[in-house]
Amino acid sequence: MTEMSGADMVVQALVDLGVDTVFGYPGGAVLPIYDALYKHPTIKHILVRHEQAATHAAEGYARSTGKPGVVLVTSGPGATNAVTGITDALLDSIPMVVLTGQVSTALIGTDAFQECDTVGITRHCTKHNYLVMDPDRLGPIMHEAFHIATHGRPGPVVIDIPKNVQVATGQYVIPEKIAHKSYRPQVEPDADAIAEAVAMIAASERPIFYTGGGVINAGPDASAALRQLVALTGAPVTSTLMGLGAFPSDDDKWLGMLGMHGTYEANMAMNRADLIIAVGARFDDRVTGRLDAFSPDSKKIHIDIDRSSINKIIPVDLAVVGDAGRALDAIIAGWQAAGHNGRDLGEWWRRIDGWRATRCLDFPEKKEAGAEIMPQRAVKALFDATRGLDPIITTEVGQHQMWAAQHFGFAAPNRWLTSGGLGTMGYGFPASVGAQIAHPDRLVICIAGEASLQMNIQEMGTVSQYRLPVKIFILNNEWMGMVRQWQELTYESRYSNSYSDSLPDFVKLADAYGWTGLRIDNLGQLEDGIKTMIETPGPVIVDCRVAQLANCFPMIPSGAAHTEMLLQPSDVTGTMDDEAKALV
Amino acid sequence: MKIKTEAGERHVLAITVDNEAGVLAKITGLFTARGYNIESLTVADITADHALSRITIVTSGPPPIIDQIIAQLDRLVPVHKVIDLNDAGEAHVEREIALVKVAGTGDKRIEALRMADVFRAKVVDTTLTSFIFEITGNSDKVDRFIALMRECGLVEVGRTGVVAIARGSEAL
Repeated sequence: MTEMSGADMVVQALVDLGVDTVFGYPGGAVLPIYDALYKHPTIKHILVRHEQAATHAAEGYARSTGKPGVVLVTSGPGATNAVTGITDALLDSIPMVVLTGQVSTALIGTDAFQECDTVGITRHCTKHNYLVMDPDRLGPIMHEAFHIATHGRPGPVVIDIPKNVQVATGQYVIPEKIAHKSYRPQVEPDADAIAEAVAMIAASERPIFYTGGGVINAGPDASAALRQLVALTGAPVTSTLMGLGAFPSDDDKWLGMLGMHGTYEANMAMNRADLIIAVGARFDDRVTGRLDAFSPDSKKIHIDIDRSSINKIIPVDLAVVGDAGRALDAIIAGWQAAGHNGRDLGEWWRRIDGWRATRCLDFPEKKEAGAEIMPQRAVKALFDATRGLDPIITTEVGQHQMWAAQHFGFAAPNRWLTSGGLGTMGYGFPASVGAQIAHPDRLVICIAGEASLQMNIQEMGTVSQYRLPVKIFILNNEWMGMVRQWQELTYESRYSNSYSDSLPDFVKLADAYGWTGLRIDNLGQLEDGIKTMIETPGPVIVDCRVAQLANCFPMIPSGAAHTEMLLQPSDVTGTMDDEAKALV
Repeated sequence: MKIKTEAGERHVLAITVDNEAGVLAKITGLFTARGYNIESLTVADITADHALSRITIVTSGPPPIIDQIIAQLDRLVPVHKVIDLNDAGEAHVEREIALVKVAGTGDKRIEALRMADVFRAKVVDTTLTSFIFEITGNSDKVDRFIALMRECGLVEVGRTGVVAIARGSEAL
């Protein structure tokens, strides 16, 4: 126990918790903490240009390292600007601790300058939040907050600290052991459930692993366990958007992503399977398609650390509550102890190979050097050029995100950072900043759309300030492409406000910020352009002009089943009934 | 296109939570954010050190939704325990208190007093032209008493909402 100011306690707790980086933006209500940081050279503070970017950068840091991201912002607008990133972290289960300044306790509730009800506003977009009214509580709350953010299903925790609590002194106490009174997530899976899971897998003729972000969150060991279990059982694997990287994309058991823009083989296999083993995935509407047609003939095992995810959307036959890695390890142990060799799944694989033969990710393109670049080709070229470089890829949200998910292959977890649940345009670029801060020597590329990028484009200044060698690869089609695609599908191509008008000259913009800017106009320039981007030291923005009207296929239109995929543009009919229109 | 709603069954949930600022807002907010019903809600602290509160919520929904409500409540950090009293091994006891103000003179006044006696409602305040009755019972009984009082000069009602506890010797 040591007597110190609240602000010093905050910084001391960060040091004690092993935090090396804080993403933030100063303001009146956090000045005492900023002053305390000034005296603590071991914590690196990254000054962003907008608080939303601080939260996404913290997410990028967290997702690429497995460690919690830390954000420091001021009261009022600082806190409200952080709300989008906090919600994004909640939906994608990203561990994050957000420290917000607050007006002094005597001013709370008086509509003071830069006051907002931060705990009220963030109550339902955090895993938990605190308003600290007493400096003696700061030590225990800081430690408990990191525990809650990182244990069980990870998520964002907000600590709102009034300015007088930062200034006042108190006793800094490190709790000896964090054993929360009520928050005790179940980590170890139930042994009986594991035994039943082993028996169900052994008995199935058409099994499929459907894995999600929970496998990534459970750490690299969980991804290794998944690979081992797949090898033992011989079953195919598909994954959600958030789960990409847990299983290597070059493995012959890999069917690609499933769902709305997933592969035909993944969706057909889900539909025809007799057993789905869902691991750390939550049957999101982008995955299931029409619920009454979702995998009608399968038994379902659901492994998840959050009991509320089980039976939320799809009733399952066996629930396994626990950490994905522990559950997979236990199933492997049970499988080996029972002496299972795995059934002959030859017939199942023959059917899968039939679906694979549709080559659903193929796209039409012209091959001559002067031809326009298909966006899928640009992603594939980027993937080919970065093989062996182990890049970290972030994306914004939209068509380019789906093309990246479809055409960029990942061999390992924590290399694919994207906004899945909330679908936040403006996520990708600041996330790449966070990832680059955590991995200064790695190649970090943000695959962006020209529209999304502009939502947090001010972070070019942050990149310049910290000399981060971030690469932004824009698939520039001059459209909010996914919006336009839906307008074509649903509203007979009435393009209401989906054109990216008045775009900046991205090359000149790069120059203005001291970056390198490149433009790629046609297929003949693609490979060299990408090579130049990779080889140029420092930050680079690539304005890659792609075919403007290309759409993202295959696609399950909203309200349709896995078996009703649109494989090519000619499958699009141009209108929908109201029931389908009402689905997002 | 019309929006359809699903029919549900009534469930009584007993929830113990940390007695901290914001817990009630967190729980009621969960119900509104996820579109669940609250028919009644009561809350008070129940331990000598004021550390824990017990919340009783009457809700309704199809069985999978009730299951989801319990799971969603259970994962909130300040929630210690959630019990669906409709699932408790033995039946449970439910009580509610209402204060019912009736104004009038003559026959209506006499009739109100007579019916209050039948319902074992207590008179807790009286003037020459009014009574306040206190009635305790399950919600049906309170509903029926209030309905009768409408005919006898009912002017005001205050109800506590349901508190409930499982029968038998086991604690929550």
